[in-house]
Amino acid sequence: MKLQKATCFALFAVLELAADPTRQLAAAEIANKYGISLHHLAKVLRDLARARIIESARGVGGGYRFIGNPKRLTLMDVIELFEPIESDGADGEHPRPNTSVGYALRVVLNEIDELSLATFRSITISTMLKIVDQRPWLAAASGRKPRKRAARV
Amino acid sequence: MKATKTTAAVDAGAASRIRPALAADVPSIIALDEEVTGLAKPNYWRDMFELYGGRHKERFFLVAERQDRLDGFVIGETRAWEFGSPPCGWIFAIQIRPKGRLKGVGTQLFNAICDSFRKTGVVNVRTMLARENTIILSFFRSQGMMAGPFIELETTLD
Repeated sequence: MKLQKATCFALFAVLELAADPTRQLAAAEIANKYGISLHHLAKVLRDLARARIIESARGVGGGYRFIGNPKRLTLMDVIELFEPIESDGADGEHPRPNTSVGYALRVVLNEIDELSLATFRSITISTMLKIVDQRPWLAAASGRKPRKRAARV
Repeated sequence: MKATKTTAAVDAGAASRIRPALAADVPSIIALDEEVTGLAKPNYWRDMFELYGGRHKERFFLVAERQDRLDGFVIGETRAWEFGSPPCGWIFAIQIRPKGRLKGVGTQLFNAICDSFRKTGVVNVRTMLARENTIILSFFRSQGMMAGPFIELETTLD
């Protein structure tokens, strides 16, 4: 699974801003932190603002802040704003000659797609922030148990 | 997921009381499930209570109660060596009253059954659910659960 550059930038920005919804960040601050193009990020931020996930504040100290519902907004909600992401079904772009092998290959690729979609649909921004906080990649490297932040559902 | 020690962040004012299910709870459980799924399954839930509501030390049927009203329930069991898996806690049913959601009831039930599993000596908790069941899938993910090492497969019998 590979996401397009704009989608990744959007997820970086949403997660960065959602970590503290009271905080306003300038596009340049986010671009610097993630080492990404300010020009490209600015366009992505405009799209996120149009979708009412973030909002911009003008003037001194202005910037962007998160205004979505982190317990309801999913990765899929953000991804879908920037790229089509759906199971191929019968009209996908995979090579699909009208042969038994072509159809069988499509069945397997669709199985993979369906799992990916279910994953993106089920992970909210709130859950992503917990994963960020727990840093499971560090625990895996050191053999330690990941930290667990209290949850409320 | 690893059954690590957790701290439930539950609003004290809104917290439900978690306790083992009683026979008197079964009608409320049947009604709650029917409210959520739209399908009444009285015999199924009576059987579930017979199997999991007793004193078997590795089977758990817990309910969340607040002001004499059933807010939800969870059922699970510690199982060993199915699919070659070492002993592991399995959660195979959880329901929260729709109007009682987003108040920490699910988290309380999840934490309570994890504590019960922990007492049986297991360190992993597992569940399985439909890919389309986004609400419950999101709930378990919010509790830190992620895809495990097993894949469910099935086929249609001719």
